[in-house]
Amino acid sequence: MKAEKSKLYRKEGLYGYLFIAAPVIGFLIFSMIPVAYSSYAAFTDWDGLSQMNFIGLENFKALLHDEYFHKAMFNTIFLMIGIPIGIILSLLLAMGLNRGIWATSTFRVIYYIPVISSIAAIAILWQWAFNGDYGLINQFLGYFGIEGPNWLSDKDTVKPGLILMTVWKGLGYTMLLYLAAIQSVPKTYYEAAKLDGANAFQIFRHITLPMVKPVTFFIVVTSIIGGAQVFTEINIMTPTGGPEYSSATVVFYIWEKAFGNFQLGYASAMAMVLGIFIFVVTLIQFKINEKTSYDMD
Amino acid sequence: MEATFAKNKEKVKHTSERKTKRIADIVIFALLSVGAFIMVAPLLWMVTTSLKEREDVFAIPPTWIPDPIQFTKYFEIWEKGPLLSGITNSLTVALSVTIIGTFTSSLAAFAFSKLRFKWKNQLFLLLLASMMIPYPVVMIPQFIIFSNIGWVDTLLPLIVPGLFGNVIMIFFIRQYLTSIPNAIIEAAKIDGCSYFQIYYRIVLPLIKPAIAAQFILWFMAIWNDYLAPILYLNSPERQTLQLVIANFNASYAIQSDYPLIMAASVVALLPMLIVFIIFQKQIIESVAISGVKG
Repeated sequence: MKAEKSKLYRKEGLYGYLFIAAPVIGFLIFSMIPVAYSSYAAFTDWDGLSQMNFIGLENFKALLHDEYFHKAMFNTIFLMIGIPIGIILSLLLAMGLNRGIWATSTFRVIYYIPVISSIAAIAILWQWAFNGDYGLINQFLGYFGIEGPNWLSDKDTVKPGLILMTVWKGLGYTMLLYLAAIQSVPKTYYEAAKLDGANAFQIFRHITLPMVKPVTFFIVVTSIIGGAQVFTEINIMTPTGGPEYSSATVVFYIWEKAFGNFQLGYASAMAMVLGIFIFVVTLIQFKINEKTSYDMD
Repeated sequence: MEATFAKNKEKVKHTSERKTKRIADIVIFALLSVGAFIMVAPLLWMVTTSLKEREDVFAIPPTWIPDPIQFTKYFEIWEKGPLLSGITNSLTVALSVTIIGTFTSSLAAFAFSKLRFKWKNQLFLLLLASMMIPYPVVMIPQFIIFSNIGWVDTLLPLIVPGLFGNVIMIFFIRQYLTSIPNAIIEAAKIDGCSYFQIYYRIVLPLIKPAIAAQFILWFMAIWNDYLAPILYLNSPERQTLQLVIANFNASYAIQSDYPLIMAASVVALLPMLIVFIIFQKQIIESVAISGVKG
């Protein structure tokens, strides 16, 4: 009886491994090996053609003095200003939609359209919208008597322009997450607060905001991971990295170095720095989240 | 007497509260409408630009309704660039990845959720951890691997990795499967079903809603992908749709043929827009769930 059972278990285990084989093998080939290889290549002068030589920390030392890398890093972080803007706007939108007013589901669909649209098409559209003379944005500003700049060819306006576009594109997604979170808050909480004489702001501050905190955390974490990897819109809207390299992101620079200059070792070092940056920032956020979660009890 | 007075007072308070709520609702509705207009205005502008003549684009002040409305650009785009092959390439990649990848992902999710074997949770965590690895970190070695086996400038580097499954999909289907009682699986075992039969005959029909939503989201992600295609695809006729329209943009902006560019972009947007309109309920629901659970 016992032998029978253990045989059954072994069979189950065998099928278990068989069924998960594809993703596990895929993980080994397409994530594990490349990461290991990349970690090694970061310490070499790899150019894809001649022999790879181990050069120690040379690439990382060079990064410390690479002005373009510093610019790309700065730009990448600067563009993340869009994240808090998007969060505030979408939370307001979600609260508006939560009142159960007319055409709520229509609004939801409309706000979500930019989210499902391809980033390539959106980037093309906005490049045209940012055109200094004939673009939609300056036309709109013109109604208020403001003469808009030539957004994408001015180093001071190219990043704000990109932020504007990013917020516009991502708003619907964040709003949807917030709306779902707000709708899952038990109604009794609000009723109790009203009975206690809380005003609208107090209700927002002490009920809505804490209740949507897990979603805010999720949005911040995923937006920073995504924001650290911006590439497509830069590649399409400012193919050279913008005036004075003012819109180039880290991934854009990695791409240029790796596939334009074939400095594969150097690009790998940059990719490592980017990966570690993302990992550390995410880790810090998880730690902060853990700490502040106690306050709720 | 006293009681009715209090009741009346309460009623008055109630109606005035209702009135302020109503005013607030109207104000919010107006604000939301303005916001909705801002969301669609650029897209509408894209459509009207595509219907203009080349010179009309530079009219000052710009016109919203083209005069004359002309659809010629929508015929021209098919000859001026490899738009058709772009669509078939994108479809080839997206369909083969999502169909086979959904099979491998759901099979793995079933095993992770319902079968018993050693290191199960550790392996699952390992897969989850791989989601933390950003694509730029793996793209250079991956490119070298694929170029060594001669796959550059083919669709294979875009297809093959996806066939091994998608961790996000595994995660959500596994989550969904926890709501399905183990007793069903045990009963099937006693009835003599093989493990694959259990997956195919019992589990698969039960998880269809979860699969459908994840399938659409994954399809959209592949359809809209840009970085991987730009690394691998050089020949115009091998490129995916997103690259084709980006090249339209790069080459025809110099001739300032914006209607042509916008027409191509509208064509690139349209398929996903239609998919979204049809499946909006499922898409919106599954996205909303992802935030609450994740």
